Amino acid sequence: MAAANPAIHDVHDDHDHKPQGFLDRWLFTTNHKDIGTLYLVFSLTMFFIGGTMAMLIRAELFKPGMQLMQPEFFNEMTSMHALVMIFGAVMPAFVGLGNWMIPLQIGAPDMALPRMNNWSFWILPFAFLLLLSTIFMPGGGPQGGWTMYPPLALQGGVNVAFSIFAIHLMGISSIMGAINIIATILNMRAPGMDLLKMPVFVWSWLITAFLLIAVMPVLAGAVTMLLTDKFFGTSFFHAAGGGDPVMYQHIFWFFGHPEVYIMILPAFGIISEIIPTFSRKPIFGYQAMVYAIASIAFLSFIVWAHHMFSVGMPLGGELFFMYATMLIAIPTGVKVFNWISTMWGGAMTFETPMLFAIAFVVLFTIGGFSGVMCAIVPADFQYQDSYFVVAHFHYVLVTGAVFAIMASAYYWLPKWSGHMYSETWGKIHFWSSVISVNVLFFPQHFLGLAGMPRRIPDYNVAFADFNMISSIGGFWFGASQLIFVGVIIHCVYFSKQKATTQVWEGARGLEWTVPSPAPHHTFSTPPVLKPGMLAHDDVSH
Amino acid sequence: MESKTVAHRNASVLKTGAVVVACSFLFGFAMVPVYRIVCEHVFGIKLANGATSATTANLVEDTSRTVTVQFVTNVNSKLPWTFEAERPSIEVHPGKLTEVWFDATNTGGEAIVGNAVPSVAPSNVSQFFNKTECFCFTEQTLAAGETRRMPVRFFVDPQLPKSVRELTLSYTFYTNEVATRRLSETGSPLPAAG
Repeated sequence: MAAANPAIHDVHDDHDHKPQGFLDRWLFTTNHKDIGTLYLVFSLTMFFIGGTMAMLIRAELFKPGMQLMQPEFFNEMTSMHALVMIFGAVMPAFVGLGNWMIPLQIGAPDMALPRMNNWSFWILPFAFLLLLSTIFMPGGGPQGGWTMYPPLALQGGVNVAFSIFAIHLMGISSIMGAINIIATILNMRAPGMDLLKMPVFVWSWLITAFLLIAVMPVLAGAVTMLLTDKFFGTSFFHAAGGGDPVMYQHIFWFFGHPEVYIMILPAFGIISEIIPTFSRKPIFGYQAMVYAIASIAFLSFIVWAHHMFSVGMPLGGELFFMYATMLIAIPTGVKVFNWISTMWGGAMTFETPMLFAIAFVVLFTIGGFSGVMCAIVPADFQYQDSYFVVAHFHYVLVTGAVFAIMASAYYWLPKWSGHMYSETWGKIHFWSSVISVNVLFFPQHFLGLAGMPRRIPDYNVAFADFNMISSIGGFWFGASQLIFVGVIIHCVYFSKQKATTQVWEGARGLEWTVPSPAPHHTFSTPPVLKPGMLAHDDVSH
Repeated sequence: MESKTVAHRNASVLKTGAVVVACSFLFGFAMVPVYRIVCEHVFGIKLANGATSATTANLVEDTSRTVTVQFVTNVNSKLPWTFEAERPSIEVHPGKLTEVWFDATNTGGEAIVGNAVPSVAPSNVSQFFNKTECFCFTEQTLAAGETRRMPVRFFVDPQLPKSVRELTLSYTFYTNEVATRRLSETGSPLPAAG
């Protein structure tokens, strides 16, 4: 290709030809690595904004009684914390990782649609400016929870329109990102990189991208109906006009449950990369891992109503959604046991990425178990809207998705920056995080079982002790993340220790065949695959 | 040559993706009618609010059992009315046409048009609860301080499953904003003729 088209060759050779100007480099970039970096920096920023909101929430809940803020502001914090963390921190982090690593892992020169890639990123900062600006508007930001159930959410002021438009923009951004990833994976693989030879991370993103294009438009439709109900006199969800507020919950969760898996499937992929590397063994049951991800994705479409068991569904509906939900435990169990089998008998070492990966397997499984508890209809009537649910989804999202993102940051940072991070400080960050996160969320199980409702700024004195413990864990966990930033800044700008090409002794795959740091342009000519280069050459295992 | 075909294939993934996105956006709206159809035809939940089409002429009263019908009354927070059932519950034989009364008072300073939205629980037997006359079928206009007694005539279908011994009929009164505005402008809650 390069020989046939000298014009392309001039731009895309193996030397670094980064644009020199700041705007050229970052605002107008079409380079998958730069866009990946932008996504990751954006995500880290949002993680701290959403984290600050969480700190305010835990500060108010430190003691019973109203101490620091008005209840309306507390409600804004819970609603915004969720929106910022889901759409601003977790999803962009995965898109950033996908941008950086998918072309490197499949031997592609860049993403398939680089200009659209630029656009999908640069929509996001504006979407979040819209959303965050509502805090400073008369009437404040959204206060009805991130799920925006009508009629409560429609009682907000101007923030309703602003947050709905922000959600539209976030949706457009993730849809474009997803289409780009599908096109890249389907069309840009190096010769010989069969679908069933791709790294599990690439597989997990391919399936996630299909989920995204299937359900983000449904969310867009649901919030559009909210918008017309509020401003244009329609009655989709107005009981007074013949509409049905329960219908909103059905449409929302038809999006919402696949969305939950959008936030965890790439994490499964990351963990499936890291555990084999540090166990120095190929992943156990590669095909089973791929099919498990696909089954989880399929099941995610038929379980949505387990988020709303208490609305008064017919018994048949409750039973169907209960059994379908429990079914998800099977492919998830396959994955957990395969990770354990990968470690079994391996020559394991415990660098920071591996520590986070092992913590993921243990703590995500705890979150999975409390999820199965919530799936049981009669039990869920007690757990509904209590702190038990809060504990459940923070175990799967913080010690699940966020821990996997941190693991991946430590795992690939040497490849991105060309330097090794400080292993000592990485381990300090890990141990501080893993202990504090359990101090933070484990007591919330007990609070929920004892009857403490979620989304309240004040509570019965009976819940005081566990709330104080949880808040202490929260401040500790929040402070621990400053170590994470310190480690990253040190690694990128100050670390003296050069990373090797392979970085990790047991690492396999194409991303470990390019130099560290990865040059601005890689695989301009497709790589020639040799036996042993890929982690999953032999698909029979 | 190869790069051109890759560009074509990328464009076709983009097009297919756009079609999928458009379809699932429309699917979100398609869930509105699908929801009604599934509620009414799969789970037998009655969503329509109107007089029953079942004839009361040859109703057979099932005196072998009684069903307790409870009444719940709510007023939306934006409507300055009080609204109560004359009695909290009544015991009836299935198949017997029964009349009960409700009282609504406008405690505000202006005439307001309200609409009552009914709901029957448990929802999956709502199809066995039939109303022949109800204040919820029409708009109710109350002048400031006015009180009105309003009847509901209903019967419980004798086909009601034996396991159900209790039904709850609840009403929520909402402001009918359009009709109230029309009332203050033209003096009549009804749209102008023609």
